[in-house]
Amino acid sequence: MMDGMVRVSDTTAKDARTMRRGRGTAYWQAAPFAFLFLVFFIVPLVLTVAVSFWRFDDYVLTPDLNLDAYREVFEGCIDKLPQLCVTFATYLSTLRFALMSWAATLVLGFGIAYFLAFHVRSVPVQMALFLLCTVPFWTSNIIRMVAWVPLLGRNGLVNQGLQAVGLTTGPLDWLLYSQFSVVLAFVHLYTLFMMVPIFNSMARIDRSLIEAARDAGASGWQTLWNVVIPLCKPGIVIGSIFVLTIVMGDFVTVGIMGGQQIASIGKVIQVQMSYLQFPIAAANAVVLLGIVLLMIWALTRLVDIRREL
Amino acid sequence: MHGASVELVQVSKRYGSAVAVDAINLKVPEGAYCCLLGPSGCGKTTTLRMIAGHETASDGDVLIGPREVGHLPPAARGTAMMFQSYALFPHLNLLDNVAFGPRMRGVDKATRQRKAREMLTLVRMEALAHRLPAQLSGGQQQRVALARALVTEPSVLLLDEPLSALDPFLRIQVRAELKRLQSELGITFIHVTHSQEEAMALSDLVVVMNNGRIEQAGTPREVFSRPDTAFVARFIGGHNVIALPGGSTIAVRVDRMRLLPEASPTTPLSLGARVETVEYQGSFVQLRLRPLDHALGTTELFAVVPDDAFAARPFAVGDAVTARWEAGDAHSLRDAQPSALVPALEESTP
Repeated sequence: MMDGMVRVSDTTAKDARTMRRGRGTAYWQAAPFAFLFLVFFIVPLVLTVAVSFWRFDDYVLTPDLNLDAYREVFEGCIDKLPQLCVTFATYLSTLRFALMSWAATLVLGFGIAYFLAFHVRSVPVQMALFLLCTVPFWTSNIIRMVAWVPLLGRNGLVNQGLQAVGLTTGPLDWLLYSQFSVVLAFVHLYTLFMMVPIFNSMARIDRSLIEAARDAGASGWQTLWNVVIPLCKPGIVIGSIFVLTIVMGDFVTVGIMGGQQIASIGKVIQVQMSYLQFPIAAANAVVLLGIVLLMIWALTRLVDIRREL
Repeated sequence: MHGASVELVQVSKRYGSAVAVDAINLKVPEGAYCCLLGPSGCGKTTTLRMIAGHETASDGDVLIGPREVGHLPPAARGTAMMFQSYALFPHLNLLDNVAFGPRMRGVDKATRQRKAREMLTLVRMEALAHRLPAQLSGGQQQRVALARALVTEPSVLLLDEPLSALDPFLRIQVRAELKRLQSELGITFIHVTHSQEEAMALSDLVVVMNNGRIEQAGTPREVFSRPDTAFVARFIGGHNVIALPGGSTIAVRVDRMRLLPEASPTTPLSLGARVETVEYQGSFVQLRLRPLDHALGTTELFAVVPDDAFAARPFAVGDAVTARWEAGDAHSLRDAQPSALVPALEESTP
C-alpha cells in the first residue's frame, strides 16, 4: 500500500513538472507573434492616441494632454446644426460609400457564394471557380483601379460602345470620377472579402436541412429566407466587418476613382498629415477608430461570431 | 390522420450507368408498418427517397393511395420524411422547428403553434419547447424530428434509419415508441434499416433488398420461416444455407438442427460434421460445425441446442457428430448457388 501511495505522489509531481514546462513552452511559442503585435500594432496605436492630445502652434508640436486637436476637428459642428460642418459632412459621405459598397458586395458575394456552394456539385469545379474569383488579387490594388480609366472615361470603351449601339447620344460623364466609379471600384476590390466568409458558412450547412425544408413544403425562396440566410448570418457579419472597416478607412480608392474631388475621412486624414498637422490627423484617426469599433460592436451584437471562428 | 397505400410499379433509379434500384414492384397496404431491409448500398434508401420525392425515378410509377405522384414535389405527396441525421434546423427552437411546415404553408401563428405543441406533447417533449436542438440528446432530437414530420398530418411517414444514431439500449426503447405511435395514428410507416432484428420487431411487411432488387417481401414470420433465397436466409440470420450434392440448396433454421453422436455420410436430411466451437449462451448452447464432406459447398454450419438438452448430452470441440433435420424444416432456395455477394453470417441466434 505504501508502495502505491509513493508511486501516486511520484506521478503527481511529474505531472506538475510537465505542466509547468508546458506553460513555459507555450509562452515562448506565442512570443514572436506577441512581439510583432506589440511593435506594429500596440505601439503605433498608443502613439497615435498620445499625439492626438499634443499641443500644436503652427509647426511646433509639444507633448501635452489637451483637447485642442479634437476641438479643431469638431469646430462649429454643434453651433452650426442643423447645417453640417465639414467633419460631419465628410463622415456622412464616407458612411454613404460604406453602406452602398456593403449592400452591393453583400448581394454579389451572397449570390456567388450561393452558386458555388449549392449549384456547383463537383469539388474540383468548385475549387477552380473559387480560384477564378481571386484573379483580381493577382495584380496590385492601384493597377486594378487604374484599369477602369480606359473603360469608363469620356472616350472610354463603355461610352464608345453605348454610343455605337445608339443607347446614348453623347458620352456619359458620371461613369468616371464620380460616386458611381468609387463604389464600382470598392465592389470590384472587396466582393471577395464578403464572398469567402459567406461561402464558408454555406459549406457548413447540412444538405439534409435543405431537403427537410423542401419536405416540409417550403419553396426555394422560403428555404433561402428561412434556412439558408439565418445559417449564413455569421459569414455575412464577418464579411460585413471586412468591407465596412476597409471602406471606412480608405483614401486611395476614393482619391483615384473620385478624381481627387470626393471627400472621405481617410482622405482628410491624409491631407492633414501632408500639412504636418499630426495632432489633428491623430485626433481624426482616433475618432474614426471609435466609430468603426462601434460598428463592429453593433454587428457582433447581431450574431455570436465566436461560434464560427 | 389516416394512412394511404404505397405502390411501386417497375421503379428504377440509374445514376449514369450505375443502377441503384432495378425495376422493383412493391405494394404496401395502407396503415402498414413496412421495413426496407438490406445491407448498405442495396438501394433501400434510394427507394425511400423516390417515394418521398427527393429523388426522381428514372423509370416506373410511384403511387400513393390512388394517385401517381412521380412528378409531384415532396410536400404535395402527403408524405413526410424523417432524416437519418434528424435535420433539425439548428437556429430554431423546438416549437419553431415543429411549426416550420405549417408556417411554410401559410398557417396562422396561433394555429401552427397550437399544433406544434400538440405534436411535442405526443412525443413527450413539450417541456423543452423553447430549447435549441443542440441542447438536446440524440434520443430527444429523434423525437422532435418525429414530431416535425407528423405535424403536417402525412398519410405516409418515411423513416431513414431512424434508430442508427442511438445507443443500443435507447434503440430498443425508441423502437417500441415508434410502433406505439404507428398503431395509434394508423398511418403508413416505411422504415429503412439494416438491422434484421429491428425489421422483425417492427414490421407488418418486411422487404429484403439486395443489389437494387427485392429479394423477398412478406410478414416477418414468412420471411424468417421460409426464406426465398440464400441471401435472405443469410441476411435474416438464424439459418444454415446448405448446398446439397446434386445442385439444390436448402435453408434449415439453426434451432431445427438435431445433433447425434458419430458422423454419418451426407444424405438429403443429414450430414457428418466436426464440432469447431461450443458457446454457452444461457438458455441455449450454440455450436459451430465444419462438415466432413469437403465436396459440399458449405464450410460452416451452426446448431443451437437448448441448455438442458445439451447438459443431458454434451458435445466437446473436436467431436464428430451427425447433424440432422426433418424434411419439413428444409426449404429449398430459389437460386441454385449461394450468392457471392452475401455478407458473412454475423449472429445466427434465432
